[in-house]
Amino acid sequence: MRPSPKTIEFRELARSITVAAAADYRHSWHGVDAPMLQYVVKRLLLMIPTILGAAFIIFFILRVVPGDVCELKLGGDGGYYDPKQVEICQKNLGIDRPLYEQFGKFVVGIFTFDYGNSMDTGKPVVEEIGLRFQLSLQIAIMATLVSIIISIPLGTISAVYQNSWVDYLVRTISIAGIAIPSFWLGILILLGLLNISDWLWGIRWSPPLTYRPIWEDPYHNISQLIWPALATGYRYAAVATRMTRSSMLEVLREDYVRTARAKGLLEKLIINRHALKNALLPVVTVIGIEFAFLMGGLVVTEQVFNLNGLGQLLVHSVTGKDYTMTQAIVMIIVLMFVFTNFIVDILYAWLDPRIRYS
Amino acid sequence: MVTTSEMRADAKHGEIDQLEDLRDRPGLFKQFRTFARKQPLGLAGGLVVLLFIVLAVLAPWLSPFDPEASSYAHMLAPPGTVSDEGTFILGTDDFGRDVLTRIIYGAQTALFVGFTCALIGATVGLVLGVGSAFFGGKIDLLFQRVMDVFMAFPLIIMALSIVAIFGSSIQNVIIAITIPFIPRCARVVRSSALAIREIPYIDAARANGFSNTRIILRHMVPNVMAPYLIMVTAFVGQAILLEASLSFLGLGVQEPTPAWGLMLKNAQEYIRSEPWIAIWPGLAITLGVFGFNLFGDALRDALDPRLRSAQ
Repeated sequence: MRPSPKTIEFRELARSITVAAAADYRHSWHGVDAPMLQYVVKRLLLMIPTILGAAFIIFFILRVVPGDVCELKLGGDGGYYDPKQVEICQKNLGIDRPLYEQFGKFVVGIFTFDYGNSMDTGKPVVEEIGLRFQLSLQIAIMATLVSIIISIPLGTISAVYQNSWVDYLVRTISIAGIAIPSFWLGILILLGLLNISDWLWGIRWSPPLTYRPIWEDPYHNISQLIWPALATGYRYAAVATRMTRSSMLEVLREDYVRTARAKGLLEKLIINRHALKNALLPVVTVIGIEFAFLMGGLVVTEQVFNLNGLGQLLVHSVTGKDYTMTQAIVMIIVLMFVFTNFIVDILYAWLDPRIRYS
Repeated sequence: MVTTSEMRADAKHGEIDQLEDLRDRPGLFKQFRTFARKQPLGLAGGLVVLLFIVLAVLAPWLSPFDPEASSYAHMLAPPGTVSDEGTFILGTDDFGRDVLTRIIYGAQTALFVGFTCALIGATVGLVLGVGSAFFGGKIDLLFQRVMDVFMAFPLIIMALSIVAIFGSSIQNVIIAITIPFIPRCARVVRSSALAIREIPYIDAARANGFSNTRIILRHMVPNVMAPYLIMVTAFVGQAILLEASLSFLGLGVQEPTPAWGLMLKNAQEYIRSEPWIAIWPGLAITLGVFGFNLFGDALRDALDPRLRSAQ
């Protein structure tokens, strides 16, 4: 029997796909495909101007001040200051050197982790930051976990039952999450803890104030850090929920979902296996980008819970006019943001081949 | 061959068609009714926004007390305390100032900062974004890289760095919040403008010998009004939140100006004994931002048909 034209067409298509795949393999490098590698290199190169530009802005902002940072620090409030001290300060910071030399030193410092000394304590900035970084990073990771646990199921349910009361509830909760300032939520959580513990056990309990690493005292650590993680995680979850919902809605309208339904697949399977997997792509991006922003958002939350993290250090350095410290922390946050974005993009390209081929 | 008179007649027909189009366009009131029916959440948001605007405008007549007058006799009075001058409905703060009054006046600060930052930031972003899309090529590429750099700073970090240098006052807070808004709006507007640049009427305008400025301002900008308006409403909410955050950190609006974030900052010390000072200002921030977000979302759904189903 002669094959029908449809079958021939199908065979042709199958052949061309095989040929393309074989060509792909031939162009690959130890199994890593060439477009992916190209994409990674391209993305990596794109990071350089961004980092340099950010360094330039930070450098520039600190030099547009009238006079210089030393005068501002020592005599900013209009008080008397010794010109000799200003000179010493300028020498210490190297701001008596020509601008291009200073900028060069700053850029080299970024990559060699040499950010100079704090204008307040005189200790290396990197040392001071290192002490606080661990705490902030832990909250950021915990908040991310909180938000993933909340957002993906809520977003999916909201999309599946679009325009039902569940959907309206989830949408309201997520819009509220974006509106509630995390510092106020933090205050409410503290207030709630005080009152609930008073009502249950008769003691007004509040989270411990001193930080202990999780491997030393897990209970102490978690009971201190879970609350700020919840306060920041809620907002984060709100953004991710909205993203999950909208991308899920889009995917549920795709032809292949209709096909799956038409062949009588269980709705549960369609949602979990077919739709959710594809819908999660943009959610990965949002979670990645928000992670980077989280480090910034912690600035306020740490203040509420009185945590000695990176954010509080930044606020102290701003109020205390410790410019080297401010400059270093802002640069580190920007670096983290750029790197997280890079990783998210790579992850995205790895999950979605269309990106690296475009 | 088409004669000039025929062309003229065609043009006239075109004009008449346009006029009819205008006539068929629903009136403002009807448009509003459709919006209200299709976007009930948006309507609710709009009402909240309106409430805050009314509060801010009528603050001197609505509020029972002077927002900045402290009174040692009534320090930290609980809600509902009756005094000679009146009732402190929401209690008083650590300076003996009426919390309700300060919340009402706080709406002035929040909305002033919110609208100023949103309008300036979005408008500058609009012009830059459309310009970048219009010129394209190397200018666009360079512009995109510069925007990338600015976008690498989280909003609050950029605002903090600016305040760190210029000091904290209401003008500096406005500058600090406006600057990070510019690239965010420019990017969104640019992507819409790129599509518009390809439409033949832009070529027609160029063929007519119009200047670049004229094409950008008269032909392109009006067509990206939808994303612009969406960004403005979103920015107002964000600006209110940012101003509150900066003030909460002690780096924004300074005492004795009534501002919600500042009220929360002071309330922190009294959270164990006088929790009411901490609850109401936070509720005001949340409600305000919530209103703008709901309204902005609904506006986006109404103005941008592509997103109508998705969000």
